[in-house]
Amino acid sequence: MDIAFVIEKSVLVSIIFGISLLIAMYSTYAERKVAAFLQDRLGPDRAGPFGMFQPLADGLKMFMKEEIVPANASKWLFMVGPGLAMLTACIGTAVIPWGSPITIGDRIIPLQVTDINVGLLYIFGVVSLGVYGVMIGGWASNNKYSLLSAIRAASQNISYEIAMGLSIIALLLVTGSMSLKEIVETQHGWRWNVLYQPLGFVLFMICAFAETNRAPFDLPECETELIGGYHTEYSSMKLGFYLFAEYINMFVSAAVMATLYFGGYNYPGMDWVLANTGPVIGPLIGTAVFFIKIFAFIFFFMWVRWTIPRFRYDQLMHLGWKVLIPLAIANIVVTAVVIAVIEGF
Amino acid sequence: MEPLTSKKKVLEQKPLTLAERMYLPAIAKGLSITMSHFFKKEATIRYPEVEREFSTNFRGMHSLKRDEEGRERCTACGLCALSCPAEAITMIAAERKPEEKDIYREEKYASVYEINMLRCIFCGLCEEACPKEAIYLDGPIVPSDYLRKDFIYGKDKLVEPPLNKK
Repeated sequence: MDIAFVIEKSVLVSIIFGISLLIAMYSTYAERKVAAFLQDRLGPDRAGPFGMFQPLADGLKMFMKEEIVPANASKWLFMVGPGLAMLTACIGTAVIPWGSPITIGDRIIPLQVTDINVGLLYIFGVVSLGVYGVMIGGWASNNKYSLLSAIRAASQNISYEIAMGLSIIALLLVTGSMSLKEIVETQHGWRWNVLYQPLGFVLFMICAFAETNRAPFDLPECETELIGGYHTEYSSMKLGFYLFAEYINMFVSAAVMATLYFGGYNYPGMDWVLANTGPVIGPLIGTAVFFIKIFAFIFFFMWVRWTIPRFRYDQLMHLGWKVLIPLAIANIVVTAVVIAVIEGF
Repeated sequence: MEPLTSKKKVLEQKPLTLAERMYLPAIAKGLSITMSHFFKKEATIRYPEVEREFSTNFRGMHSLKRDEEGRERCTACGLCALSCPAEAITMIAAERKPEEKDIYREEKYASVYEINMLRCIFCGLCEEACPKEAIYLDGPIVPSDYLRKDFIYGKDKLVEPPLNKK
């Protein structure tokens, strides 16, 4: 391993980490703005032009707040919870290919931290680890509401993970690879997977909403029943970490959806652009396109949140087990049969 | 229970159709409704910078008027304080000195005139009671403040600014 490789990867990791934190920070602002616009309001507009410094003010507020640890809480786990939530939210970005490789001199720099051949499984594992932060926090708070919320989060994640996994299997039948890099490269130009797997995409997206605990599946934070949910007892920056982790999760799942179904950094006419803009600018344009897709998904997340009311718990379970799983299995069967017919058995 | 009116509305619960059970069409409709609001003009008024237009008979902050020569009209008769249902007005009367002839119109004037804006209900009865047309509720909204004592407005805040003398 040469030193340039280490530098290259460290720089890439720092940039991705910084970008995901920045996007999470401004997602809080965007969320409030989108909510306001959808409700004929203005949203935050006092801090700086158009309220652009609102996230900074909110972050500062979080840091300045008094830190309260409940007397009967399990101190160590109470501290671990938000950290774990943040960690699992952040490490998901490691396998996402952000762009086609950049060529500087004779060195080819892939815009992906690591291209492991089970990238899809890794994402899947990290996403399911995400619920541990919520569970540990909810349990350590020693509060019935938090515990209920943690249980809800766990059962919801387990239920929806099955449907998510099944919808991914159908995708694997189409792409034939678990490496995210290869999945993206098979979607060159216009051949995005969403065109081959529309049902799979809808199922995956619904499950992604449930996995990130976003509305209409935000039962773990359902205020009317559970006060604040798993972060009822949290204050100061620990609360900030939980809220932040939710937005990073949203960013990661938007990136995964864009990678798996919407072609990642591929866009129509990319060959012409790549040939005409050179080995550095060309891939970066692809990255920009990728981010536009991600932002569109994040906007969609917010749009849905401010439109659809929360599911009741039994409706949530009904949807997960009796609707999504059978549909996902049917999707696998149909996909498999069609592929078998096309390839002549 | 016996129905209270002769009107009778039978609620029939139909089983959901396939499209209704699929949720997605309804969700798409909901999304399109919220999106149409996204592009609507917002109802918010940025208050301290922009003020909403009031109707012509809006009753806001009081002002003590001057006559056409710039003299204070109030003669401290106390009718406004008497008529005030919230007992928000207090005043102390004083006798005009000969050299103050062009400051006060009448021989008796209010040396202290205070309105407690926290008590005032902006009913406009003081305006109606005043025989000298000296008080009107034609000002803006009373601004917010931190201390109770700052809501007791004296003559410094209530009296109209003096006319520009030639």
